[in-house]
Amino acid sequence: MINTMECAVDAQSLISISLRKIHNSRTQRGGIKLHKNLLVSYVLRNARQVYMNEKYAEIYRMQQYEEVMTVCNEIQELNPLDLAEDCEDQTADCCGSASESASLCGALLPAVGHQTSPAAQHIQPASACSVPLALQSEEVCKAAPEPSFYRSCCAEAYPVSNCDFSPVNNMHCNKTTVLDLDTHVVTTVENGYLHQDCCASLQQCCQGAQSPAKKRKLDFGYYVSEIEEAPDFTPCKRAKFEDSSYAITEPLDTSNISNLISIFGSGFSGLVSRQADLEQALNGQFCSKQALASLGAWTRAIVAF
Amino acid sequence: MAGVGGGNDFQWCFSQVKGAIDEDVAEADIISTVEFNYSGELLATGDKGGRVVIFQREQESKNRPLSRGEYNVYSTFQSHEPEFDYLKSLEIEEKINKIRWLPQQNAAHFLLSTNDKTIKLWKISERDKRAEGYNLKDEDGRLRDPFRITSLRVPVLMPMDLMVEASPRRIFANAHTYHINSISVNSDYETYLSADDLRINLWHLEITDRSFNIVDIKPANMEELTEVITAAECHPHQCNVFVYSSSKGTIRLCDMRAAALCDRHSKFFEEPEDPSSRSFFSEIISSISDVKFSHSGRYMMTRDYLSVKVWDLNMENRPVETYQVHEYLRSKLCSLYENDCIFDKFECCWNGSDSAIMTGSYNNFFRMFDRNTRRDITLEASRESSKPRAMLKPRKVCTGGKRKKDEISVDSLDFNKKILHTAWHPKENVIAVAATNNLYIFQDKMN
Repeated sequence: MINTMECAVDAQSLISISLRKIHNSRTQRGGIKLHKNLLVSYVLRNARQVYMNEKYAEIYRMQQYEEVMTVCNEIQELNPLDLAEDCEDQTADCCGSASESASLCGALLPAVGHQTSPAAQHIQPASACSVPLALQSEEVCKAAPEPSFYRSCCAEAYPVSNCDFSPVNNMHCNKTTVLDLDTHVVTTVENGYLHQDCCASLQQCCQGAQSPAKKRKLDFGYYVSEIEEAPDFTPCKRAKFEDSSYAITEPLDTSNISNLISIFGSGFSGLVSRQADLEQALNGQFCSKQALASLGAWTRAIVAF
Repeated sequence: MAGVGGGNDFQWCFSQVKGAIDEDVAEADIISTVEFNYSGELLATGDKGGRVVIFQREQESKNRPLSRGEYNVYSTFQSHEPEFDYLKSLEIEEKINKIRWLPQQNAAHFLLSTNDKTIKLWKISERDKRAEGYNLKDEDGRLRDPFRITSLRVPVLMPMDLMVEASPRRIFANAHTYHINSISVNSDYETYLSADDLRINLWHLEITDRSFNIVDIKPANMEELTEVITAAECHPHQCNVFVYSSSKGTIRLCDMRAAALCDRHSKFFEEPEDPSSRSFFSEIISSISDVKFSHSGRYMMTRDYLSVKVWDLNMENRPVETYQVHEYLRSKLCSLYENDCIFDKFECCWNGSDSAIMTGSYNNFFRMFDRNTRRDITLEASRESSKPRAMLKPRKVCTGGKRKKDEISVDSLDFNKKILHTAWHPKENVIAVAATNNLYIFQDKMN
């Protein structure tokens, strides 16, 4: 865990300071100093790590708060007796199996805790999402910095349900929603199938879902800006960094690579275009035109942010 | 602190200061390296302007008892000039990164000086006689008409004012793609090594058109680069052994007998990182800026940003001694990063008997550590305490709480006044300390 208490400068300004140093080093007399730039890239990586962790934590907290508020509002409007009745009816209808329905219904509330415990993991502070950040409507994984939080595992786009979660509709709809206040896991039963997720906000068709997603896009949007002209950066070689739990399973679309994480995910490599003549590049003409443009873009983007 | 020979404490006194007094320091005058020769008679400095200045110690004589072995300018020459690499559109700085003396084998002195790209072997020789009475030319050099010569004479050597000449005897160029950070003369006195960020080359002093690459840590894909070489040195007695340090805080000892390419080390020295002290700048402050073998060859010393460590060559997993140079800076790393001071490369040195070590700090402070008594002292190189034979007063940095009289608080330190280069006379208690553009020489009172 990086001890950030020692300095008042936050991770974000460290990132911009570091980028400025790298940019200035190109015009320094004597050529690029490989050693110094390597050290600066380490600071960049560390600052990025902390920044992302803070961001994730913030988003997770915000989402949790919104989920809790939303569900609490809904629960307040629900009649607890109707809920149980509906549950039994639905499961009997859909599943057709008494034993299953009984177990399902019984499993809903108390069993939620059991079901989530295997999924619960102790999260190391440095862990990060396994999904690239340049997401629009996809769910962003939340890596919680504290062990008491459970990691959500939703990595795919959650289909927005057609069924409204309005109190009125819920009575006639095939969905039942339960929030476990201990585990903060929201459980829904839809057509007899059990869903579990902690990303309840996306279940809200329109209103709720838009704002968190939009907010995320805003937050990370600056990563995306203006860097599309650098398609050469590759996201590979993360494994050797101890902070990296980017177990990226699918190859990233090059257009989505335009974000700080993937560029610096491979450490120093993020500053050097693969196509550049590396021997020459590191000695004098440091970056190819693309890296130059993107470097400027990062600086502009960061400053703009 | 126990002195050389044991028992007595050092009492450092001001001896001399060389360099301009001007507050306005020209960049070219900033001293970039300091080195005594093997006997200590000569002291060489290199600066950012590519100049080398050599001082020679006066012989102590009855005539001038007060000038107890003062160092006076012996020779000054321009070693390196700024160059331009047209292929890479890259300017090559003329700054002298390192000077290393060769052991003296005849009347002349030889030293190696290097900038970022080129190493040069200089011969410094004295001329105190001049031949007079040539037959074919006049005293002023004009050729005489041969028909006018009626008799022959043998030219005779007449004394003249001492002239010290420096001439480049060898130029070792075009062997380093990256910036040279170290040179080290081997104990065989025939070869030497030069190290840049990614490679180490072995040269023969007589051969300039080729060198042998012995270490290459350049990855096949530069995107995988995680560390660079920061310093390298030959073992003082075993001509097959050398060490090099890395930006990751590790030291590798290599044996040239094991393989032609020493990419695989024989010994690997690393101290595990303390996870509780992890910060944004952990990698920077663990980068080793200097490595020096002890004169005995049994130990080596490394300098990172905040500490000096002494390693026993027989123990790889941790240093045997660690000395904190300026631990109070640990809470200031952010600002030191912003003003680039965190990238300063401090050097360190042993005394002749390996009983004490010295290194520099900020505010023109330098620190000495006695390895036997574990006592340390902080001294300052300043014009204020520059009266002849004035004893240096120990300084103290106040790390917090109430500041005592004569203490200086951390926030008052001048980070522009840094002592990166120091040297200790190989036999006596005489030290040379480079403070920006000034060279201070201090002597032990016992001297």
